[in-house]
Amino acid sequence: MSAVAVEGVWKFYGDYPALRDIKLEAGAGACLALIGRNGAGKTTLLRAMAGFSRPGRGRILIFGNEPRETATRRRIGFIGHGISVYDELSALENLTLYARLYGLSDPRARALEWLARTGLEKVRDGLVREFSRGMRQRLAVARAFLHDPSVLLMDEPFTALDDRAIAVLQSLLRDALARGKTVILSTHQLREALELASDVALLVRGRVAFHGPCTPEMAADPGLVYARYGEA
Amino acid sequence: MEFLRLTMVVLFKDLRAELRTKEAINASFAFALVILVLFSFAFDPEEDTTKAISGGLLWIVFAFAGTLVFNRSFARELPNDCLDALVAAPIPGAALFLGKALANYLLVLAIELVSLPVFGIFYNVHWTRQFPQLMLVLALGTWGLTVIGTVFSALTVNIRLREVMLPMLTYPILAPALMAAMQLTMQLIQGNAIGPETVRWLNLLIAFDVAFTAVSLYLVETVLVG
Repeated sequence: MSAVAVEGVWKFYGDYPALRDIKLEAGAGACLALIGRNGAGKTTLLRAMAGFSRPGRGRILIFGNEPRETATRRRIGFIGHGISVYDELSALENLTLYARLYGLSDPRARALEWLARTGLEKVRDGLVREFSRGMRQRLAVARAFLHDPSVLLMDEPFTALDDRAIAVLQSLLRDALARGKTVILSTHQLREALELASDVALLVRGRVAFHGPCTPEMAADPGLVYARYGEA
Repeated sequence: MEFLRLTMVVLFKDLRAELRTKEAINASFAFALVILVLFSFAFDPEEDTTKAISGGLLWIVFAFAGTLVFNRSFARELPNDCLDALVAAPIPGAALFLGKALANYLLVLAIELVSLPVFGIFYNVHWTRQFPQLMLVLALGTWGLTVIGTVFSALTVNIRLREVMLPMLTYPILAPALMAAMQLTMQLIQGNAIGPETVRWLNLLIAFDVAFTAVSLYLVETVLVG
């Protein structure tokens, strides 16, 4: 059974089809890089996979279940465009909150563990609104990994990250992949993404123009997929 | 038990965030105070008619002030896309709604309890004569306001003019609850206990609260995810 299966998914905004008959699969331990120009449908697809919206047609299955099922949501970690942490709470309070929402045992210990893993233990009681952008991004990464999800969905996770945050994220993603987790990430930072990716899917105007393994050629020349399968 | 635990997590998160920033509670309390004072200029506190309509005025103030709290309820989740993380978390939409509604309820109730003595002074009303019954009406009326305010806060959270849309959508629906609360409050602050003639308003208030709480809990998942 695939970790993530997208079966003939259409998504409409009014009459406009943002996703058109999308068919994708990602197995356990796979890293699928979703690439495409702005407006290609990457974010829409990731949001539907995360259960934020329902497809107009077709279906998405995470380990054979609908994304909105409570048990499935426990297995998904999501990083979107926003960092999804509260400015008026401290780093520790934020992570403890999410640990409680995910029903983790000893939420405070888990939060402290992830603050240490992302290098934020010294500022654990600082309010997020006082954090630098890089620190906020690392906290967002900690939030997404906190409950040890089986599927990580990441919408342009490398955008606006500083070098340290990119290194932290890449290290965590490598570790997750080595432990059999599935990663699907959309990106414009092809080089960083293709270093990790086992598979690549190119979206063009809501359709899958290419879906296949990430070859050494692609990793060496990130523009290759666009040149071969994208629009001029 | 798990549902209740998650409801409490959301409730305490919202209260902690609000008490740290005091955005909604300060604005709402200041607004309630200003409206109460302005209305007192418009009506002579010695007039019997003023005393007769003062219960109605009170609920208008509560409804206006409450809207400021409800507006912030889901809007608080917008910066940093926190609503996405809440919707993605394995928490029933009903628990999320109930946690937020309870936080709003406590905030609005606090504003009302502070506003009441101010109301008593400016309108020369001895509002404590039927204190326990008045508290009951306050509790029921405020829950009605809160349930509708919270669910429409979720519905309008992504609308650009949500501050305008929220009262426009909620006040017509709140009409029966407000009418019942006003009628009961007018009687109670004049010293008349709830009797056979006014009990139907209390029944209406209870029925409103039960019906709209059930509908909101049922619909909130659809409101949040579509």
